[in-house]
Amino acid sequence: MIYENSFLVEGKTFKNAGHVSSQVKNLLQKMKFSKEVVRRAAIVTYEAEINICSYAERGKIILRVKPEEINIEAIDEGQGIADIELAMEEGYSTATPKIVHMGFGAGMGLANIKRFSDVFRITSEVGKGTHLEMIIRA
Amino acid sequence: MKLREVKEILEAEVFVGHDQLDMEVKTAFGADLMSDVLAFAKAGSLLLTGLTNPQVVRTSDVLDIAAIIIVRGKRPLIETILLAEELKIPLLGTRYILFETAGRLYAHGIVGCVERVAEKRDFS
Ligand SMILES: Nc1ncnc2c1ncn2[C@@H]1O[C@H](COP(=O)(O)OP(=O)(O)OP(=O)(O)O)[C@@H](O)[C@H]1O
Ligand SMILES: [Mg+2]
Repeated sequence: MIYENSFLVEGKTFKNAGHVSSQVKNLLQKMKFSKEVVRRAAIVTYEAEINICSYAERGKIILRVKPEEINIEAIDEGQGIADIELAMEEGYSTATPKIVHMGFGAGMGLANIKRFSDVFRITSEVGKGTHLEMIIRA
Repeated sequence: MKLREVKEILEAEVFVGHDQLDMEVKTAFGADLMSDVLAFAKAGSLLLTGLTNPQVVRTSDVLDIAAIIIVRGKRPLIETILLAEELKIPLLGTRYILFETAGRLYAHGIVGCVERVAEKRDFS
């Protein structure tokens, strides 16, 4: 492990939405990962962060960096996801008008995370929260 | 083409990035839905959008979007301008509608960052 850090994400508000992702992106850039790897890591972090800002009460994003891979976990406390398979489908969304007003809620986020990461795991418990793990290989 | 020419073609107002107008751009993507921008836009492209909130800038930062053009004469929110300044992303505004904005740029050689969506998408 060359680097590990944890960032808090406020839930149910877009006030600082994306702030953590910008920080993660900056850190990875400084560590001299390729543009493509940094971009993929930034995209999956951002999608996960926006979901916490949209649906969860509170959450955190943990970044673990090794020379060969970047591991990003997004852990939240909140409503959780009842049917993960359905949530993963492109186009499925329960976004409120507030979320749509911010430009989100197309139901593409989780599918996008899967597409941009080399390894993607998701677990969730209704009424408790959601846990995503994404690995990007350098 | 230089961002300066984009500004002239679109008779655009520059909210942020007066010092970055010499940047070269070749491609663009247009959408009001940030979810779609995240799924389809490519690094180094212009983003044409009618959305004016700070999420446009955050999304552009994440994707390495070269510059943002707000269409339909909308004014960006002050938080949006401040964030664009912080993240050093040029932010312009034009009174042309999205269709006209895209058409005018296309006529001058700017093309879509993807022509059409592949059946099976990749992440280049
Ligand atoms: N962290 C989370 N907590 C609770 N529910 C979630 C969470 N993340 C996703 N969901 C549920 O899964 C659905 C699909 O999520 P996904 O990110 O794919 O799309 P979206 O957020 O609705 O829209 P988009 O990401 O395209 O802007 C959401 O609408 C929501 O119902
Ligand atoms: Mg989402």
